[in-house]
Amino acid sequence: MKKVKIYVTLKESIIEPQGTAASNTLKQIGYEEVQSLRVGKYLELTIADTNRDIDTIVKEACEKVLVNTIMENYRYEVEEA
Amino acid sequence: MKFAVLVFPGSNCDLDMYHAVKDQLGEEVEYVSHKETSLAGFDALLIPGGASYGNYLRPGALAAHSNIIPALKEFVAQGKPVLGVSNGFQILTEAGILPGTLLRNKGINFICRTVQLKVENNNTLFTNEYEAEEIISIPIAHEDGNYYCDEETLAKLKENNQIVFTYSGNNPDGSLANIAGIVNERGNVLGMMPYPERAVEQIIGGTDGLKLFKSIVKQWREQHVNK
Repeated sequence: MKKVKIYVTLKESIIEPQGTAASNTLKQIGYEEVQSLRVGKYLELTIADTNRDIDTIVKEACEKVLVNTIMENYRYEVEEA
Repeated sequence: MKFAVLVFPGSNCDLDMYHAVKDQLGEEVEYVSHKETSLAGFDALLIPGGASYGNYLRPGALAAHSNIIPALKEFVAQGKPVLGVSNGFQILTEAGILPGTLLRNKGINFICRTVQLKVENNNTLFTNEYEAEEIISIPIAHEDGNYYCDEETLAKLKENNQIVFTYSGNNPDGSLANIAGIVNERGNVLGMMPYPERAVEQIIGGTDGLKLFKSIVKQWREQHVNK
């Protein structure tokens, strides 16, 4: 069995209002060093043992459903579960 | 003319769509569940708002993989009219039927108020009853209505006159090029964030949305009844 950790973030070119609001608060309470903050998503997929290629499964799952590649980027790590 | 109103778990504007067609237009209308696999017998399809379904991941992301979607794509390919409002617009972009996507509103907040729209293209089957550049009042109620696409797509939208409605005066959600509604290249699918079905009678604050539904019927009659 494999555990896949997927990190989804908005593309750099897109303004991310939740992160901007949160980073403003950090600065306001004294963390002037904070340059920026971007809020993203963390997803965990558990995949049963299979003969199919794990990378193919993960990429297809991401690009068909989990990620909207018009606005989001993603990366992932595969671990033994 | 017979309309279908698609119903997804969490749809909450399906009743408004039904009411607009049945009571204000006087045309036939039926609800169709997202679990169905056919749209046979219908002349036009309405995808209502109701942001609760699929927003766990992204608005429209899960709905865009419902059982009904292959039939919806076939319906679109046949050139029949499809109107997606709010979550319906999001479903159409997630299903790849309309270009671009809807981001969180620039100011993060859910916005619910009546806004001014400019009819940028009155030469579509959805807008033939409006004047060119007419300013109309239609309510919005959304959290993810900030239209976004890449530069190449925006250039194409402009070149093909696919931008049908823009926000006039104030852009409430930060949409690219003030976009409030677009059609596909063929012109038979309209996606928009404002709710025309909430502006179909004076008692609810205005009738500027009614012309949109009348436009659909007018076009259909010209094609089918006079032959």
